[in-house]
Amino acid sequence: MTVLSSPAVARAPRSAVRPAPLRNRVAVFLKYLSLVLSCAVVVVPLAAVLLTSLRTSKEMATGGALAAPHDWFNLHNYAVAFTDGNMLRALGNTTFILVFSVTGTVLIGSMTAYAIDRFTFRFRRLVMALFLIASLVPSVTTQVATYQIVNRLGVMDTRWAPVLLYMGTDIVSIYIFLQFIRSIPISLDEAARLDGANSFTIYWRIIVPLLKPAIATVVIVKGVAIYNDFYIPFLYMPDDSLGTISTSLFRFKGPYGAHWEVISAGAALVIIPSLVVFLALQRFIYNGFASGATK
Amino acid sequence: MSAPRTAGRTPPARTLPPPDAARSTTRRRPRLRRRGGAWWFTPWLYLLAPLVLLVAFTWLPVVDMFSYSFTDWDGISPTRNWVGLDNYTDLFTRPQLFQVFWVSLFYLGASAVQICAALYFATVLSFDTRLRNLFKGILFFPYLINGVAVGFVFLYFFQPGGTLDTVLHWFGVGPHLWLGDPHLVNTSLAGVSVWRFMGLNMVLFLGAIQSIPPQLYEAAALDGASRWQQFRYVIAPSIRPIISLSVILAVSGSLSVFEIPFIMTGGSNNSETFVIQTIKLAFNFNKTGLASAAAVVLLAIVLLVTWVQRLLFPDERVEQS
Repeated sequence: MTVLSSPAVARAPRSAVRPAPLRNRVAVFLKYLSLVLSCAVVVVPLAAVLLTSLRTSKEMATGGALAAPHDWFNLHNYAVAFTDGNMLRALGNTTFILVFSVTGTVLIGSMTAYAIDRFTFRFRRLVMALFLIASLVPSVTTQVATYQIVNRLGVMDTRWAPVLLYMGTDIVSIYIFLQFIRSIPISLDEAARLDGANSFTIYWRIIVPLLKPAIATVVIVKGVAIYNDFYIPFLYMPDDSLGTISTSLFRFKGPYGAHWEVISAGAALVIIPSLVVFLALQRFIYNGFASGATK
Repeated sequence: MSAPRTAGRTPPARTLPPPDAARSTTRRRPRLRRRGGAWWFTPWLYLLAPLVLLVAFTWLPVVDMFSYSFTDWDGISPTRNWVGLDNYTDLFTRPQLFQVFWVSLFYLGASAVQICAALYFATVLSFDTRLRNLFKGILFFPYLINGVAVGFVFLYFFQPGGTLDTVLHWFGVGPHLWLGDPHLVNTSLAGVSVWRFMGLNMVLFLGAIQSIPPQLYEAAALDGASRWQQFRYVIAPSIRPIISLSVILAVSGSLSVFEIPFIMTGGSNNSETFVIQTIKLAFNFNKTGLASAAAVVLLAIVLLVTWVQRLLFPDERVEQS
């Protein structure tokens, strides 16, 4: 019989007392080979950009794409990218949009979930259907008409346009809240109601604090999506001074067309915060995406 | 209208058409009013902002898009003329149309590769593996990277004499114009999409696999099931709902690809996708009417695909003891 290893969740002691048959050892070798090769595929393009960002423009002319920089601490390109690319302003704009839309999404999502789950009212099914069917409409298809609406609202080329759009078109987070709110016992609401709490007190003092894990999920999923989004700021904030992380980086393409060392530094500047957040919040991020995408 | 007027009503009135929302609410749930002090409109107070946003940014655009698609509007002028189905006939007789659908086939193929790879790595990582967290982290990380940064990383990667050519040179493979060759560009771009999204699928599958009760593996192992049999008869059936969800997302995703080709090639060299074409029609050529028709067609296809998928896989829940 072949030796089976059980899934890592329930790590059984490995029955490696007997030497594994050759076929198994080949399988194990191939498994690790595939993992290492695929990780190389992920890492090499990123490493090339990192190496390039540390090279001088003179070095660029001579070395190949993967040549090591002469000085490993040459941060000149980063300084150029940071100042000429206006990355500080971009970070400010992105933070502004991020804070307002994430707060808005959390409030909107939790209020909707609270109303739908805790009240029986007329048209409840219709409201549910409106949200449900809307989740099937990919927002990328409707931008032609959304553009006109944003225009008519008079928020075109302001930071409020993306804030409104991120807040208004997020149905996934409503689902996350809806799923989570169902697990909060109604008896808690009722106890509070007997103590004279009105529905808003129940929402604000009981439901929202208990929704914390769901809020964490929404903040992570939404935060990553907004930090990385290119389409909406590109379309709705063409003004130079309103560049976000994505659109400011995109603007490197023109003036630095051939200066790959500066573009690479710009890309690295954008990637490094993601890496730091990922390393710090790994577990929450995996859980967040797992629960965010399944419903 | 205040609720107390109707609070005392009794259920028999059910057969009558309800005169207003207040009555029917209080009738169905008389206790709600008495206990909670909640009026009929209380839930609507919470729903007001969400519904306004939902209607303004999802429903209204869909409706508007339909109405624009029958006009020759340029998006700016105050007047627009009704042109009937002209935009749709125009759309379906353009040769570019088939080109963009041809391009989405590349991304569809890439999604298939992506889902298979994700299934493979999720399965491998769910078994005892050294450094599994490191492997998992590295494979997942591309998903978190900013799309523009991904575009630049791969512009450099595919550049003549860039990273890919350098690496392939070590193995004696000659350079190619990865983005310049119209026959190669879509394969390259679809490859970037696999690089970027495979990790997300993997993490989703891995989460689903780890929620399978371990007894199932133990039982399978006792019965002498091989790895492949374990995958085929234990893992695959248990994670079928998430696989079918990924497939549907892959199909609609490959039709609405935008970011990577737009950033990397701007749609030149045969790499134009449906969304890039629509955006160009609407915002570069001011053909809002035609662009709306294109968007309606895309929306219809996405909804059709979703509907077919729902028919084929009606919400299956795998029961586990």
